Amino acid sequence: MPWQLITRSLRRYPVRPPDSGIARRKSIWERIHLDPWLLGMLLVLMGGGLVVLYSASGQRIDTVIAQAIRFGIALSGMVIIAQFSPSTFLRWAPLAYGAGLAMLLAVEVVGDVGMGAKRWLEIPGVIRFQPSEMMKLAVPLMVAAYLNRCQLPPRLRDIVVCAVIIGVPVVLTAIQPDLGTSLLVASAAVIVVLLAGLSWKLIGLVAALGAAGLPVLWMNMHNYQRQRVLTFLDPDSDPLGSGWNIIQSTTAIGSGGLWGKGWLEGTQSQLEFLPERHTDFIIAVLGEEFGLVGMLLLLTLYIMIVGRGLWLASSSQDTFGRLFAGSIILTFFIYVFVNVGMVSGILPVVGVPLPLVSYGGTSSVTLLAGFGILMSIHAHRRLLPR
Amino acid sequence: MPQRRDTLKNPEQELRIFRVRALLAVLVVIVLTSLLVGRLGYLQIVQHDLYSTRSEKNRVRVEPLPPNRGLIYDRNGALLAENRPTYNLTLVRERVDDLDDTLALLVDLLELPEEEIEAFQVRSRQRQRPFQPALLMSDLSEEQIARLAVNRHLLPGVEVEAQLLRYYPDAEVMAHALGYVGRINAEELQDLDPGRYAGTHFIGKTGVERFYETELHGEAGLRKVETNARGRVLRELGRTDPVPGANLTLTLDRSLQMLAYELLDGRRGSIVAIVPNTGEILAMVSTPGFDSNQFVTGIDVASYRALQEDIDLPLFNRAIRGHYPPGSTIKPFLALAGLVEGVITPDSTINDPGFYQLPNDSRRYRNWLRWGHGRVDMERSIAVSNNTYYYTLAHDLGIDKLHERMSNFGFGQRVAHDVQGESTGLMPSRDWKRARFNQPWYPGETLSVGIGQGYWQVTPLQLASATAALANRGHWVKPRLALRIGEEPVPAELPDTLPDIQLANDNWWDRVYSGMEKVLSGSEGTARRTGVGLEYRMGGKSGTAQVFSLGQDQRYNAEELEERLRDHALFMAFAPIEEPKIAVSVIVENAGGGSTHAAHLARAMTDAWLLEDEAPEAEEVKEVLEEDTANVEGN
Repeated sequence: MPWQLITRSLRRYPVRPPDSGIARRKSIWERIHLDPWLLGMLLVLMGGGLVVLYSASGQRIDTVIAQAIRFGIALSGMVIIAQFSPSTFLRWAPLAYGAGLAMLLAVEVVGDVGMGAKRWLEIPGVIRFQPSEMMKLAVPLMVAAYLNRCQLPPRLRDIVVCAVIIGVPVVLTAIQPDLGTSLLVASAAVIVVLLAGLSWKLIGLVAALGAAGLPVLWMNMHNYQRQRVLTFLDPDSDPLGSGWNIIQSTTAIGSGGLWGKGWLEGTQSQLEFLPERHTDFIIAVLGEEFGLVGMLLLLTLYIMIVGRGLWLASSSQDTFGRLFAGSIILTFFIYVFVNVGMVSGILPVVGVPLPLVSYGGTSSVTLLAGFGILMSIHAHRRLLPR
Repeated sequence: MPQRRDTLKNPEQELRIFRVRALLAVLVVIVLTSLLVGRLGYLQIVQHDLYSTRSEKNRVRVEPLPPNRGLIYDRNGALLAENRPTYNLTLVRERVDDLDDTLALLVDLLELPEEEIEAFQVRSRQRQRPFQPALLMSDLSEEQIARLAVNRHLLPGVEVEAQLLRYYPDAEVMAHALGYVGRINAEELQDLDPGRYAGTHFIGKTGVERFYETELHGEAGLRKVETNARGRVLRELGRTDPVPGANLTLTLDRSLQMLAYELLDGRRGSIVAIVPNTGEILAMVSTPGFDSNQFVTGIDVASYRALQEDIDLPLFNRAIRGHYPPGSTIKPFLALAGLVEGVITPDSTINDPGFYQLPNDSRRYRNWLRWGHGRVDMERSIAVSNNTYYYTLAHDLGIDKLHERMSNFGFGQRVAHDVQGESTGLMPSRDWKRARFNQPWYPGETLSVGIGQGYWQVTPLQLASATAALANRGHWVKPRLALRIGEEPVPAELPDTLPDIQLANDNWWDRVYSGMEKVLSGSEGTARRTGVGLEYRMGGKSGTAQVFSLGQDQRYNAEELEERLRDHALFMAFAPIEEPKIAVSVIVENAGGGSTHAAHLARAMTDAWLLEDEAPEAEEVKEVLEEDTANVEGN
């Protein structure tokens, strides 16, 4: 099997102490396969997120507890995932991808309708989840696994294969319809290809094709999706309807000023002017109550996480690890950018939560699972000779 | 899967590619983050003031607190206009579990017909924002309130709200004098100060209610409240209490007003009574009246049409807008004009053959007594209401001086200080005729004016105020309706008062009064029947206003005419002569001769005012009137 060949070839690298010639003793963190810096920053982020959530939920402690429990579960999942060797993920990639595709098809057939879209798969009383959420990891994983086998930079044939791998689940997700998630899935996978060294010519070509395809996309969009775009272009055209969200969120952020109105003092948030204040629009609560200072602190924390993640990715020893880790961390950044961008009114409203701050279980689990893989990739590296 | 032949992987190169791409990614991350930071800085620093204002506007709602309207009292403190709490049924949809069930239960509890459910459903949707109570029904009865209270637990979201509504206890009697308030309409809204009227739904539409709108309304208060996005009030942030409107004390005397209304007995007519030396209007009645309370909540279309199409014009305020030829009631004023201008003296006489002829004109201007009164001096001319004397006097005065002198008594102009909607009447002159008809003034027209006919038209209020000035020995005092605004008395001297009328000899006033006294007390007086049993000295003058003109030498029998073609009966009077306390004008439309059909009403008014304990009942006066109707004598 090729996968075993690869892992075996990886194992062939001799383990040597880095400098002194004495066999280096693994630190406690290396032994539990976690990166203390990344873990620390994630914990700070989640802790801060809970503080904001308390305010954003209308000071409901039960919401905060529920979120903390989810964080706990997601963190456990992350720790467990980090214990697996990257080769495991490499091995399981086709299976995870195939299972995900099957479930996406199942959603089309027997899916639950929620908010006018079929997104959910439910085994009554047991579990209810969105297969598309899983694909956020499975698709880039599959692409990274595939490209790992190719000579890089990828040739046209490989790129076509990647396009098919990416295209099928993205289209299935888009027709649910869940344009936001499908775009996120696509971007996570495309990042893998970009990191693998997609030629600039092709990037330019795809960008041009994409621009040309916009009208086609527009034609195939649902009314509520078009409305979101129109509202983004001019929120005041329908201030009490679809423009309400963006007007209220920019008002909340803008009225926060430099220092904010103070925790639990944000009138936009506390008096319910801000819609979806504890989920997608939670950053407006932060902006209102903690001001620009709070926003910059949060962004700084995110950038530090991204920076650390990229560092871990680039210090990975194999292509698969690098590509997948890079994709995970850059997708994380895209979440942040899209969410803050939409809430502050420079991007159209798409249903993207603020990573690890917005209320909600699924996205936290996915994100922390990703970080678990990232840590696994980092912690399972072998020390290479210079 | 087999490894492809040429995939000799080059880890070094792949790492290099990745590092380059990762570096590029870092760059992109930095650029995008700067974009976000820029946007946040723009919102939170540059545009901070704008969004702060927006956020405050979201949060804080200013609710107006309307002031309570001032009450209106008569001169003795009797309540004429009050604010009565009424109870409205409101519903907040957000708090109702099942709208259909609730409405069905309400209709059942209130014992309304089933069809009302639909009306309720329509009304429950009529509101501007969530959590705003919708008005389902106004003016609940006590029983309905009780039924709702008992079943309150079954009706979440249903409230009974109290609202103060204007109420006029003596609506029909006071309607014209007081006026009424009604809902503010779109036209009025444009002229109102939105701050003052923010919470006010009613405004004075006519009468005192309109004239003293500013004083009665008061100052609106404010309540700043914090609301959430659904419009629910969470707490009060600040409050300015409203200043209630000033209570108004009128010069009207409720019982005199009631008497006047009863005296007119549903006929078309008007009685105005004034205190001569103060101008206080004691009574100002126009009949038929109407129920002004109907107008407060909004009169229904059918009732309004009925009022408007009523042939008796109940909505028409005859006291201040009715135009009547004054007839002979103006003879004392003309005599005074003659005295002022030196055209006559009290002792100068004429010989009355029964008619008057202009020089070089064959037309005969008739006295009402065909064969004439013979020798007539000023006092007798008033007492017997001789026409020939006044044809002569008018001709000698000429229209210009006549117009000037009569204007001095307030004819042809608005006379009162605070009467809303007063008409000017019409005091004809050369200029007026030129402007109106583009014709010269003919001498014959002066003769018509000399007996109060022709173009001359007066309002009952003008006639009463001219009588008051006459009784006051020429001293003019503006008639007024308000005695006190709040605690503040209306000043005795009001601006723009007409100049006093001065006679060469002050005794001449008494000669005029004597003539007027003889109308009631003299053996030849036109209203001598009315003067029987007078306990004080009263002066008066009857008048009969022709509704349509007669041809020359025509006589007519009033009873043959349609009721509405009959003459208007007029009477003006004041008493007591030595120290006048009341001046009255009476006009009864199409009643016939003034001495017979109006004089008794004036006497009843003066009796009621001067002999407080022995005021005659309106019924008695009516009986006297009926005995007298056969006699059509004098004008």
